[in-house]
Amino acid sequence: MELNDTLRDIAKKLLEEGRVDAVLGFRQSSLAHMTEPFLATTAEQADQLVFNSCCRMNLAVYLTPDLFRSGRPESGKKSPRVAVTAKGCDSRNIVTQIQENRYKRDQVHIIGLPCTGMADKAKLLAAAPEGIDTITEKNGTLILSRDGKETVVSKTEVLQSNCLSCIIRNPVIRDEMAGDPVPELDMDSHPDRFADVAEIEALSPADKAGFFETLVSDCTRCYACRNACPLCYCPVCFVDESRPQWVGKTIAPTDVMAFHLLRAFHDAGRCTDCGACEAACPMDIPMRAFTRKTIKDAREGFGWETGMDLNLRPPLDRFDLKDPGDFIR
Amino acid sequence: MNQFEPKIITFLCNWCSYGAADLAGVSRFQYPPNMRVVRIPCSGRVSAKMILHAIRNGADGVWISGCHPGDCHYIEGNYYARRKFYLLKELLEYSGLEPGRLQFSWISSAEGVKFAEVAHEVIEKIRDLGPASRFIKRLPEVA
Repeated sequence: MELNDTLRDIAKKLLEEGRVDAVLGFRQSSLAHMTEPFLATTAEQADQLVFNSCCRMNLAVYLTPDLFRSGRPESGKKSPRVAVTAKGCDSRNIVTQIQENRYKRDQVHIIGLPCTGMADKAKLLAAAPEGIDTITEKNGTLILSRDGKETVVSKTEVLQSNCLSCIIRNPVIRDEMAGDPVPELDMDSHPDRFADVAEIEALSPADKAGFFETLVSDCTRCYACRNACPLCYCPVCFVDESRPQWVGKTIAPTDVMAFHLLRAFHDAGRCTDCGACEAACPMDIPMRAFTRKTIKDAREGFGWETGMDLNLRPPLDRFDLKDPGDFIR
Repeated sequence: MNQFEPKIITFLCNWCSYGAADLAGVSRFQYPPNMRVVRIPCSGRVSAKMILHAIRNGADGVWISGCHPGDCHYIEGNYYARRKFYLLKELLEYSGLEPGRLQFSWISSAEGVKFAEVAHEVIEKIRDLGPASRFIKRLPEVA
């Protein structure tokens, strides 16, 4: 059976049996190469759920306290249970949110999606410059059609760059799977996993500064990356604080740099490299260049890989006597 | 006398390095006057925002000093701080800050001599690097 049919059957069953109050998933949007987040609350609505190579968003971002709020003790109602469809990276963000006490494990029912990577929207549009009406997936290829004309591309050619260095394709925690688990890439121990970061690290300080100034020069400070990120849930974001104002609000290079640096630092030890920030960016800024560094440092410094185990505390919430300290006199 | 005089924002933990600075003072140890001291309750109190804020406002260097591992007044604040500083220093130097602008040390309140020595080293290192040029917020030039 097709993955989408299995997914819909699972969602319908959960809703009909009343085991969950809503199913959070993706549905097709008006553009063929995009999907949108969708909260299905009835079995009929569950028919709209899809999973394909264009589900770039990280649905963990929508698991907010508001979603669980209607069942506060004084209302006498049980807290709602939500089912969420999760790719490997989404599931790691759910683990992180549970570690950070956003909600409890039993409040979410996780429908695991075996993921073979997401198609980069810029690469798709470059492959079909005249536009795309429908996308059909078959055996590792994507068929992009427009007015009866078909362009066939191999999925590996159009993958998002974060999917090429993915370490977990199947959800780490799940209540059920909507398909057979896919083989992992084993990038975890791959020598080239952080080749991109090492390349930047080898530059001189002046070249690094120049590299990043060019990298973020198109940023319009729209904060789409922040809003798409399941880690960014502070009640007041540092960019919105005004007394004191930590970060300037203009698009001057130093203000933009300060925003991206602090954003990356807040994600240190929490980022799962899901790529939702880059997928959301209207200016196609590869801002994962910043967060990848924090992933590498957390791994090399503390042996930490984000979102793999519900029972571990986050890396900045604990310490080890043997933590790196050579840089301190 | 045209030597460059750096301006260094220094965060000193109240329980150790601030005491060390005091001890260095009453013991009449000499060190250059390029530091602007901010007294903090614990090195764990220092956030990335504060460090970046100092740099954005034109500090030529930032020096943070706290208690030796194991000697934190709050038992373990400096252990958490160490993880945070490690990630922050790596990230800032990865994005173009010259190594040496951001300095860390552990100095107990009995180490007045070490305080004066480290102050010398930090200030000379930053003097060698010259005036800061990156990440500084400047007002736009209006014609």
